Amino acid sequence: MASTLTSPRPDVDTSAAPPQLVIDQVHRSFPNPEGGTVDALVDANLSVRPGEFISLIGPSGCGKSTLFNLIAGLDAPSSGRIVIDGVDRAGQQGLVGYMLQKDLLLPWRTVVENVVLGLEISGVRKKAAQAIARPLLTTYGLAGFENRYPHQLSGGMKQRVALLRTILFNRDIILLDEPFGALDAQTREQMQEWLLDLWDDFHKTVLFVTHDIDEAIYLSDRVFVMSARPGRIIAEFEVPLSRPRKPSVVTSPEFVALKADARELLNGAHTTHTTHTTSSLSSQEGTVA
Amino acid sequence: MATLVKPPTAEGQPTSEGSLQELATLRRTTTPPMRRRRSEKEPRGWVVAALRLGVVVIALVGWELGVRAGLVDPFFWSQPSSIWETGVIAFRSGDILANARFTFTSTVLGFIIGVLGGVAIGLSFWWSRAYALTAEPLVIAFEAMPKLALAPIVVLVLGLGMTSKVAMATALVIVIQILNTYSAVKAVDKDLTTLMYSLGASRWQVFVKVVVPSILPWVASSLRVAIGLALTGAIVGEYIGSNAGLGRMIQYAGSTYDIALIWVGVFTLAALSMALYLVVSWFEKRLLSNITHTR
Repeated sequence: MASTLTSPRPDVDTSAAPPQLVIDQVHRSFPNPEGGTVDALVDANLSVRPGEFISLIGPSGCGKSTLFNLIAGLDAPSSGRIVIDGVDRAGQQGLVGYMLQKDLLLPWRTVVENVVLGLEISGVRKKAAQAIARPLLTTYGLAGFENRYPHQLSGGMKQRVALLRTILFNRDIILLDEPFGALDAQTREQMQEWLLDLWDDFHKTVLFVTHDIDEAIYLSDRVFVMSARPGRIIAEFEVPLSRPRKPSVVTSPEFVALKADARELLNGAHTTHTTHTTSSLSSQEGTVA
Repeated sequence: MATLVKPPTAEGQPTSEGSLQELATLRRTTTPPMRRRRSEKEPRGWVVAALRLGVVVIALVGWELGVRAGLVDPFFWSQPSSIWETGVIAFRSGDILANARFTFTSTVLGFIIGVLGGVAIGLSFWWSRAYALTAEPLVIAFEAMPKLALAPIVVLVLGLGMTSKVAMATALVIVIQILNTYSAVKAVDKDLTTLMYSLGASRWQVFVKVVVPSILPWVASSLRVAIGLALTGAIVGEYIGSNAGLGRMIQYAGSTYDIALIWVGVFTLAALSMALYLVVSWFEKRLLSNITHTR
């Protein structure tokens, strides 16, 4: 089912392009109170092409947030390399857009002032940055909210602002750590649509963390499955569903089959740490080496 | 079969089936209470104002009548009528206004220096953990010390003029302001600073764009306490030794047994204190709604 010939985005053939992000044998351990060390992430390998949308799913404590902190340069790996556009960037901040679980809007700033935060830090003048941001706010569902303060917005609106802030930070890679985790099901669906629109328009490389298998499959080109204690990537699979995807795709037989396989892998992640190989899913070792 | 699986119970011991039955009957035996009004109706504004005024009037009239009936000794307590006469004289001569201005100025100066200084020092703790750990216990030790006991030294060193009063007011305000600001600094959302660093922000940018705005609500809510402390510091300075001020006027009146003048001073002080409090409250509200947008 997951043939490598099936390009997830027929319009942009990126399979030949050099990878935009490579996580190479990354290992991160933390000292524990007893004097030993705890492995938060072991032997993580992953390679992402430009413009690709990948998801990471796994149980709590599987090292997803550790991996994101490493990519964002907020933390340095114990060993291994984090290669962005061909250069080892371990420990360097400000190279990727990173959206954390919470919206983390500054309450004393209006929507437009929040959205330009990244540009402002990069040295763009406030007026110029806001001039760039205002039309985008109108296009992406925040028209009329430009001068509101975060406490006047709904949860979904706040996530929109946070996501636009990440996009406007203007980096090729964006990391989204369970951005829709706290939203109700309906808002969540709208936000997924909206995110796909943004991704289409801005051609970003997206790494998306979620607990939700449906969400991962619906949004992604490829899904990585992680296991906990120690955190490691145990499997990956491609999502060969054509784009643009309609929300109704979740009831298609392909989607249901993918979901069943993913669930099996995840259950495995909860119980064992062995690498899975199934007929339709290629294991980590099988594709990335 | 079921009886075999159950653990053997002694005769007459209560069983869970019995409890369930009892609960079922209980629910039927109780009758739901009638709905009562949950909250009192909000009284009208003019009624409340009239009641407040009434309490004050009754207290003053009671005091005056008590003196006239010989129940209250006017030598120690004075009486409203003579307090009023003394007050009118003191106002006409300009004494009260001059003294009030002296106290007002030293209080406000001490308040401003104390708040700004305290916030600056508290914020500086954000920059270095080693510095913060060194300085914090020293600040706490200074806070524990009764600073009013230092007043004689302060007045001796800085003289009878306004400087020593400003110093006393500042000393009282600055310590709590340092500790308050440092608590606020420690409470800054770690995720917000993480976000800033992920956007490639420098420490200075994090400080200006996150730390300083984050502490403003804390500072705002400490201002009302600070203005009270500043007034206390200034008055105590005046008690110890001064050439002007309401505190000095009260102290002087006390030493000449002019009880009515003491009351005039106390009431003026109360009015001054209330005015300062209202201004600071207004400022706090403005700060919270227009700058921090936390309300």
